[in-house]
Amino acid sequence: MLRKVSVIAAAFGLMGGLLAASPSLAAGHPLPPKDVHWSFEGPFGKFDQAQLQRGFKVYREVCSACHSMTLVSFRNLGDKDGPFYSEKYSNPNDSPWAKAIAAEYQINDIDSETGDVIQRPGTTADHFPAPFPNEPAARASNGGAMPPDFSVLAKARSGGPAYIYSLLTGYKTPPKELTVAAGQHYNPYMPGDLTGVWGGSHDHVPPGGFIAMAPPLKDGLVTFDDGTPSTVDQQAKDVAAFLMWAAEPKMVERKQTGFAVILYLLLFSGLLYASYRRVWRNQSH
Amino acid sequence: MSGHSTYEPKTPVTRWLDSRLPIIRLGYDSFIDYPTPRNLNYWWTFGAILSVCLVSQIITGVILVMHYNPSAAGAFASVEHIMRDVNYGWLIRYMHANGASMFFIAVYIHMLRGLYYGSYKAPREVLWILGCIIYLLMMATGFMGYVLPWGQMSFHGAVVITNLLGAFPIVGESITTLLWGGFAVDNPTLNRFFALHYLLPFMIAGVVVLHIWALHVAGQNNPMGVEPKSKADTVPFTPYATVKDAFGVSVFLILFAIFIFYMPNALGHADNYIPANPLVTPAHIVPEWYYLPFYAILRAVPDKLGGVLAMFGAIGVLFALPWLDTSKVRSMRYRPMAKMYFAILLVVCIILGFCGAKLPDDHVIPHLTTFRVIDADLNSFVWLSRFATLYYFGFFLVILPVLGLVEKPLPVPETIASPALSHPASAPDGAVAAPEMKG
Repeated sequence: MLRKVSVIAAAFGLMGGLLAASPSLAAGHPLPPKDVHWSFEGPFGKFDQAQLQRGFKVYREVCSACHSMTLVSFRNLGDKDGPFYSEKYSNPNDSPWAKAIAAEYQINDIDSETGDVIQRPGTTADHFPAPFPNEPAARASNGGAMPPDFSVLAKARSGGPAYIYSLLTGYKTPPKELTVAAGQHYNPYMPGDLTGVWGGSHDHVPPGGFIAMAPPLKDGLVTFDDGTPSTVDQQAKDVAAFLMWAAEPKMVERKQTGFAVILYLLLFSGLLYASYRRVWRNQSH
Repeated sequence: MSGHSTYEPKTPVTRWLDSRLPIIRLGYDSFIDYPTPRNLNYWWTFGAILSVCLVSQIITGVILVMHYNPSAAGAFASVEHIMRDVNYGWLIRYMHANGASMFFIAVYIHMLRGLYYGSYKAPREVLWILGCIIYLLMMATGFMGYVLPWGQMSFHGAVVITNLLGAFPIVGESITTLLWGGFAVDNPTLNRFFALHYLLPFMIAGVVVLHIWALHVAGQNNPMGVEPKSKADTVPFTPYATVKDAFGVSVFLILFAIFIFYMPNALGHADNYIPANPLVTPAHIVPEWYYLPFYAILRAVPDKLGGVLAMFGAIGVLFALPWLDTSKVRSMRYRPMAKMYFAILLVVCIILGFCGAKLPDDHVIPHLTTFRVIDADLNSFVWLSRFATLYYFGFFLVILPVLGLVEKPLPVPETIASPALSHPASAPDGAVAAPEMKG
């Protein structure tokens, strides 16, 4: 009996090995995100400031019409490693760029003298205002769909910025066997399961799902101030990088701290190992 | 094992204190003079590693509480406030979130070490059971902590897990209502989970004190599973064990740091960065990795109550372990058969963890449909988890009791200091005992 158990267990091990090697491209699974090279990848990666500025421009001129970014404040733009950081302004609230950008927004407030509801120009302490006053308003303007908040979007999607880039550049004409409802768009990178609306062969259900957002980017839609050609690909890559910064503004600081910490721990471990050898020198064990 | 105290207070102040509250004596006897077996290997450093984990979790946790807002409306934003606006808040939070995973990695290694070397056998049954209680408290603490950021996985994980308790007949519904503080997971649930998440770690700390107390009464087990018989078998805790533990802790901290600084979200789920929304259920609700084997056991049983009982039973069986293992030999080093079944158990636990992360009906081997058995295709994760669950319980309830009666163990050395070297299996093994390590 015991031998039988071990045979079964060996079979488990074999199956485990097989499933680890298997691809996951069945129906109901979106395409894996495209492989993108980011400046902030790897243990020494840093945000590319020019890219963050371009990405911010795409956000501001295109995305922010529907998408809020409520956890980010204007002063963050001037934070270290942020899109408008300058060594001259160590306090981001002094950053002329952060101030100027903030002042272009109208912020809802209460007049402290009269108690009236007013609008005033933004300050660096304000957060980015949401384009819609509440969720029902946002849904009403977007065919029932809720445009997600951008503050931590790059961390809230598996695949992160590569997913955002792939989605933005991945819109495709749907295959004709696919029934696309009004106000929906086919995207192979969008999570979903199209089995129910697929008229073709059951073994060839297309990957991906439907998204309410129409393809938002067009060549030349945004003029980049640094002269970078404004292609859809460039816009998508830059806004994805910007969203990674928005989601994880302390990433560069984190990686740099990590390098020092790990270096210290390696040296410390070495010292401890030497002490261990020395202490145990005359002990058999 | 702790013999007579050899502590001698040297100053008038310590003499005065010693006759009133011998706390220095306690520390001296427990962590300096305490005799430890001289053959402990690196698996024995995980006790110290776990203490570091607990202290780190409590310190970072207390700091997080200073900035966290325990309300359904404010929790998510306050966690992001910690990440963005609090000085080194990102570091504290990532230490705490990844620290939970590190804590579980360490506790699983610690438990498997106890299992392999028979550390649960007489006279260490109470020590082992206290450890099981700590593990149970850790599971509860970890679960409630994961709910606090109030993301999508927090919320829906809480819904799934609390609903499980509703499976118990008669009292089930009352228990869930009590846990929820209402009729659904909502603000009151978050508040009581927060209160309990702050309380339980201190209960863990309390049971850890008992655990260490029991350890110092029975003495440490060792890789040979032979009780120390003379002074030649032991070394004083300080400096011998302290320096080895310190090295182990330091190496463990490197792993910890790699997660904190370079892959802080690798062990979490992306959906937990989406604020909780009761109206939108994530496509695939999965618990944190350290619960996955139990989640697989839960789903392996087709009946809800049965699944819940199996899940709790999987931990419950550990409490009975000292009486399930009938072998007279403590360490599996001298039990070749047991060693093999232990290795299979290890693989089975990993398979269970894998199954817990997958959809039950998905194929294990892709694109291969075999035949339906009861409610699912045989080539599905639910069936894989059923076989694995069977082995898990079989190991504790059948293999260990039977094996102790039928197997022929290898000869066990008389003492730690002078093992009978005639048999290759009784020669010290592992990195510690390797010849080049004998300094």
